[in-house]
Amino acid sequence: MSFSVPANLEAELDELATHYPVKRSASLMFLHALQEHFGHVSKDAVVWTASKLGLQPINVQEILTFYPMFRQEPLGKTHVKVCRTLSCALAGSGGLRAHFCEKLGLDSHAHVAQTTPDGKFTVEFVECLADCGNAPVVMVNEELVAKAGMTEADAILEKGKR
Amino acid sequence: MPQEFRLILKNADLPGYAPDMECYLRHGGYEALKKAVATAPRELPDGKKQTSQEVIRDEVLKSGLRGRGGAGFSAGLKWSFVDRRSGKPIYLICNADESEPGTFKDRQILHKDPHQLIEGMVISCWANDCKLAYIYIRGEMPKAAKLLNVALKEARDKGFLGKNILGSGFDCEIHVHRGAGAYICGEETGLIESLEGKRAYPRIKPPYFPAVLGLYMCPTIVNNVETLCHVKHIVTMGSAEYAKLGTPNNTGTRIVSLSGDVKRPGYYEIEVGKVTLGELINHENFGQGLKDGRSLKAIIPGGSSSKVLKAGEVFKLNRKGADGQMTKVDVPLLDLPYDFDSLQQAGTMSGSSAIIVMDDSRSMVEALANLSEFYAHESCGQCTPCREGALWMAKGLHRLTHGEGRKQDADYLQHIAQNIQGRTICAFGEAAAWPVLSFVKKFREEFEARGAADEAKHASGGAPMKMAASPKH
Ligand SMILES: Cc1cc2nc3c(=O)[nH]c(=O)nc-3n(C[C@H](O)[C@H](O)[C@H](O)COP(=O)(O)O)c2cc1C
Ligand code: SF4
Ligand code: FES
Repeated sequence: MSFSVPANLEAELDELATHYPVKRSASLMFLHALQEHFGHVSKDAVVWTASKLGLQPINVQEILTFYPMFRQEPLGKTHVKVCRTLSCALAGSGGLRAHFCEKLGLDSHAHVAQTTPDGKFTVEFVECLADCGNAPVVMVNEELVAKAGMTEADAILEKGKR
Repeated sequence: MPQEFRLILKNADLPGYAPDMECYLRHGGYEALKKAVATAPRELPDGKKQTSQEVIRDEVLKSGLRGRGGAGFSAGLKWSFVDRRSGKPIYLICNADESEPGTFKDRQILHKDPHQLIEGMVISCWANDCKLAYIYIRGEMPKAAKLLNVALKEARDKGFLGKNILGSGFDCEIHVHRGAGAYICGEETGLIESLEGKRAYPRIKPPYFPAVLGLYMCPTIVNNVETLCHVKHIVTMGSAEYAKLGTPNNTGTRIVSLSGDVKRPGYYEIEVGKVTLGELINHENFGQGLKDGRSLKAIIPGGSSSKVLKAGEVFKLNRKGADGQMTKVDVPLLDLPYDFDSLQQAGTMSGSSAIIVMDDSRSMVEALANLSEFYAHESCGQCTPCREGALWMAKGLHRLTHGEGRKQDADYLQHIAQNIQGRTICAFGEAAAWPVLSFVKKFREEFEARGAADEAKHASGGAPMKMAASPKH
């Protein structure tokens, strides 16, 4: 099996598991850490997590498929999440999302995550990002871009292409 | 003149204010914790003795503090329901899931003043004898999660957290737990399931009241970020002084998130009930009015789940007259004091204190379609009325906003919504139904006109009606 978790990450996860009286609780945090490291959560990562936490793989698989932030497929390097919900929609987030999709040759009607064939971008419509006073809001990887207009969108695209 | 009153956000936006320990200490940080653990037991006039912990719990009860997460339930009462005789550990969970659309207040505290939350939590843990607590933070706030971890470490290093806190003999640990993008994790029992490492399927109440059967089936307190911060200020000020802030039964301050069609959206901390809805929207200290040339159409007053209010509405509110008698008085929409009770009497709620303003350029059909898509996406799927109903409503509204509407859609939507509320495990059912019920009731003409126009278009030889697909999720 080619799947292996680096020792320092494993140590970090072992420590995380001590935060809970019941190890199973750590499964979300495990998936976050593995996804951060590998880019997505593979079948092997599910099996590995289950064995670390004394669970059946299905116990981990079912949370992987429940929580929208977890990915079973690799994502683009630049992950653009455009907020879809009301305050951002009022401020034009629909047009903004369409702009990203058009520029990247993606389907501008699909709300689900779409990744460009070159693996550089993933564009996705997400629900309220809790920064509605700065609508429209876009999250680029871990960065929040407030009051995002077409200029900001183009800058995000430019940066991600490099 | 109506203005902000900053208690929780007193420091957060000061120039140079940083989220680290040194800065927090320079601004009087952790003095409330010191005061709390040094609280002396007391004897009440009726001879009843209170332990130091009971004194703090009593202070929180007397302060009138109501939960800032959504339901507005008395924090002191909630604490009093905790089963303290089970012999099981008692857990405290800070709900930092902040995912009710329109809400962005906890974000300010988490990013700018994490130590205030930690101090509030340690005091709350001390008062309730919780040795282990969690901050459940939504997955989309990775930076705040990191800041909190740094702050927790600083607090441990200073002896404000961990073993034998400030020499009091009290041990307490707090950990950060990240969610992963599901709104239902904000519901307290869904949150608990999620914290147990499972799908966030809310639990049915009874019997699963967190105060008795919460995390790991142990007594558990779940409070919102802002609520826990207030505990610190109640300890500092004393309940009597604290209760002078705000208005009777609606004490203290509250951070209001204002978004939508106003000139100056943002977060504003006010004394509860001392500022009106109209002032929040129009006053120069707050929203500064609608965009030029626009007039008000609708207000969602307490997060997307609260019932919409229509411009021009007048409500009958109970008011105490000079003679002490309760009378009903007419209060126009914009004169509603922004507090828990007034909004409830106006048939809606202050919920998560998030106001979304819509002007006369907005279609209420489009707005509702947007919100319904949210609920269709976020239903956890356990209860048939919620899972299917939320999706039907979203599909119906998708048709109505894509040229395939029918005149009877208004009735159709209302019918579905009525069959969700009251028939589900958790309050998400109501959260999904209320926007539909209120939008359709208050803007019925708009829904009917839209459907009628589509029917007319098709009847006059346009393309035959076909069910448009709903958006791909
Ligand atoms: C569908 C749903 C979503 C909720 N989302 C949140 C949330 O994001 N943050 C929050 O603090 N409370 C949320 N709540 C309320 C919590 O269930 C709970 O009442 C609250 O955290 C208690 O804290 P408080 O008493 O301090 O307000 C939600 C409730 C429901 C029904
Ligand atoms: S009401 Fe909806 S969200 Fe709540 S438990 Fe039922 S299906 Fe899940
Ligand atoms: S609606 Fe977009 S951040 Fe809240």
